[in-house]
Amino acid sequence: MPAYLDHAATTPMWPAAVDAMLPYFSERYGNASGSHAVAREAKKALEESRDLVAECLGAQPGEIVFTGGGTEADNLAILGRHELQPGEVVCSAIEHHAVLHAAGEVCAAPRVASVTSGGVVDLDVLVDLVDSGVSLVSVMLSNNEIGTIQPLDAIRKIMAERAPQAVLHTDAVQAFPWLDVASLARPAELVAVSAHKFGGPKGVGALVVREGVKIAPIVHGGGQERGRRSGTYNVAGVVGMAAAMQATVADRAATVARVGALRDRLADGLLQAIPDSSETGDRSSKIAGNCHLSFGGIESESLLMLLDAAGVYAAAGSACQSGAIEPSHVVTAVGLSDARALGSLRLSLGVTTTDDDVDLALSVIPPAVARLREPL
Amino acid sequence: MKILAAMSGGVDSSVAAALLIEQGHEVVGVTLKLWGGASDSGCCSVADVEDARRVAQQLGIDHWVLNFVDEFEAAVVTPYAEAHAAGRTPNPCIECNRHFKFGHLLERARKLGFDAVATGHHARVALTPSGRHRLRRGTDRAKDQSYVLHMLTQAELSRCLFPVGEITKAEVRARAMALGLRTADKAESQDVCFVTASDGRKAFLEPRIALHAGSVVDRAGVTVGRVEAVELVTVGQRRGLGAGGGADKRFAVSVDTSAATVTVGSLDDLLTDTVELGQMSWIDAPLIAPAGVEAQCSAHGRPVAARYEGDIVRFAERQRRVAPGQSVVLFDGNDVIGGGTAIEADRSRR
Repeated sequence: MPAYLDHAATTPMWPAAVDAMLPYFSERYGNASGSHAVAREAKKALEESRDLVAECLGAQPGEIVFTGGGTEADNLAILGRHELQPGEVVCSAIEHHAVLHAAGEVCAAPRVASVTSGGVVDLDVLVDLVDSGVSLVSVMLSNNEIGTIQPLDAIRKIMAERAPQAVLHTDAVQAFPWLDVASLARPAELVAVSAHKFGGPKGVGALVVREGVKIAPIVHGGGQERGRRSGTYNVAGVVGMAAAMQATVADRAATVARVGALRDRLADGLLQAIPDSSETGDRSSKIAGNCHLSFGGIESESLLMLLDAAGVYAAAGSACQSGAIEPSHVVTAVGLSDARALGSLRLSLGVTTTDDDVDLALSVIPPAVARLREPL
Repeated sequence: MKILAAMSGGVDSSVAAALLIEQGHEVVGVTLKLWGGASDSGCCSVADVEDARRVAQQLGIDHWVLNFVDEFEAAVVTPYAEAHAAGRTPNPCIECNRHFKFGHLLERARKLGFDAVATGHHARVALTPSGRHRLRRGTDRAKDQSYVLHMLTQAELSRCLFPVGEITKAEVRARAMALGLRTADKAESQDVCFVTASDGRKAFLEPRIALHAGSVVDRAGVTVGRVEAVELVTVGQRRGLGAGGGADKRFAVSVDTSAATVTVGSLDDLLTDTVELGQMSWIDAPLIAPAGVEAQCSAHGRPVAARYEGDIVRFAERQRRVAPGQSVVLFDGNDVIGGGTAIEADRSRR
């Protein structure tokens, strides 16, 4: 049985979420924006889902904007907010490209706050970047590559003192399976999530837009979502997302404990078995599912190919449009040298990860690294 | 055998992979990411990578993209710019094969446990009774690419496969169509993979090297015109030399970037019966001078009778001067003996 250790890329769906979606493909296919009975049935499902999503995110139903995924939610937050309140944008050095590139679109030179070698935003650096010229600060709740959790409370305090006019956006896409986003993201006015990271379907996400915060739409059309995001509703997708959120939250504490232990066994096992290996980022500041290591003297491209052939599915860096692996800006930001950054490996565990997966990884990875270090 | 099939997204490498699968080998397809900048064609553009990936899916094999951007920049792109700055006319595809593609690909293949690397080149490798490898022209003479592979070593040849070298281009396309491959009627890639047809060499080189305006002088040293960029002039070129009309057609006979001067002459001035070669490489044992050979001076040029005399090759009949930086490949019939790079012929000035 192969070991899928790339849950940060995407996750298998909760069976309950799949079941919840099915009726909305063939029987309850209505366009939720219509007025007749068929439409109303779809609309009801949409609004019930909205209530569930709001509760899971610690928000009011009116604060939920459904989108086509996490990237769109991040774009809506940054582009949509900036249009109404132009100004400087501050983001961390380890944001996802959706945030970095969107920030680059609205702002000639986004102010980038460096992170510590532990992978956490350096508050001493951030303080100097936040001033009265700033309209938006964007810091992800947890990072997709190294899993480190960012101190949104402390960031909010800095903003309250130095840029009270500014709005805080957080990309909580990776955080939702592992953290109580409802409370941890409370300091943020704009919170982005993506269904397929927590056992929901791909192509659907949400942005929390707190009451009183205005954003301009980036998708124009029929005016759905109170003018914030037009387009016919992906009712099945939203229903699936809500069901997945519910299932995730119900099991979250137990999952974190169980998967955290699996991750520790995996990480410690590999660090012990492989010479010249190190863990990226401070484990005590990470979500339970992330195991990110770097190995001297190899490059991840070849390692991933060997692992793939042996049924261990993992990732490293980020894939560019062509599929080639690029060195990660996150790993570089944490202070790894270019050479070391090229030898990175991200193993991300999830709800469905078992001891067998960890056993396979422990048996395959050390020999693969050794093989790549052998002189030809 | 376990074979790493290099797939550029073109029809030749698509069918090469297909043939190997037919022959029962275990094949994995790879596309090399060499260049992050603008590209029209092959090796580098995202559209081509997607074509390669789609073909791999259609053939039922795994496909990976290998990131060699930094290595390619150092081994191919930078030397290309530097050669132009020095007034030479480099063939980057040759230098890519020499310093980069086969070396890196073969090394990666070994590390990953593959027995050989395959490409879509039209060429053949033959094994002699004594176990030496020969590089031979491809079956389809018009598409033969042995010229660009002439620098491969015995070790490299022993681990390279060129499946489509055994068939004609027409057969390649027919097989691609029969397999329903997306690339069956794709146009062939022209030109250098990191220079776009739309922007051209000038746009590529401008940000990388200084381009100097220069004088165009005749053989007597009299200035007859100006060029905007000496570094962009190739020996043998006729157009763009700022030379007015006139009965004689004027050709660039030599380029001196240090003096920012292009010397022009008549067609007769451009003809010579020798070329001096450096950076010689041999498929097998080095040729002992003097020896009769056939010399091919460009990728699809006609081979001509010549004599190898050591550091120079003497043509039986006068030819247009070979631009410094271009390769001259020596053949014995259809077999490649070796080749070298044309260097500045200083003799003409002595």
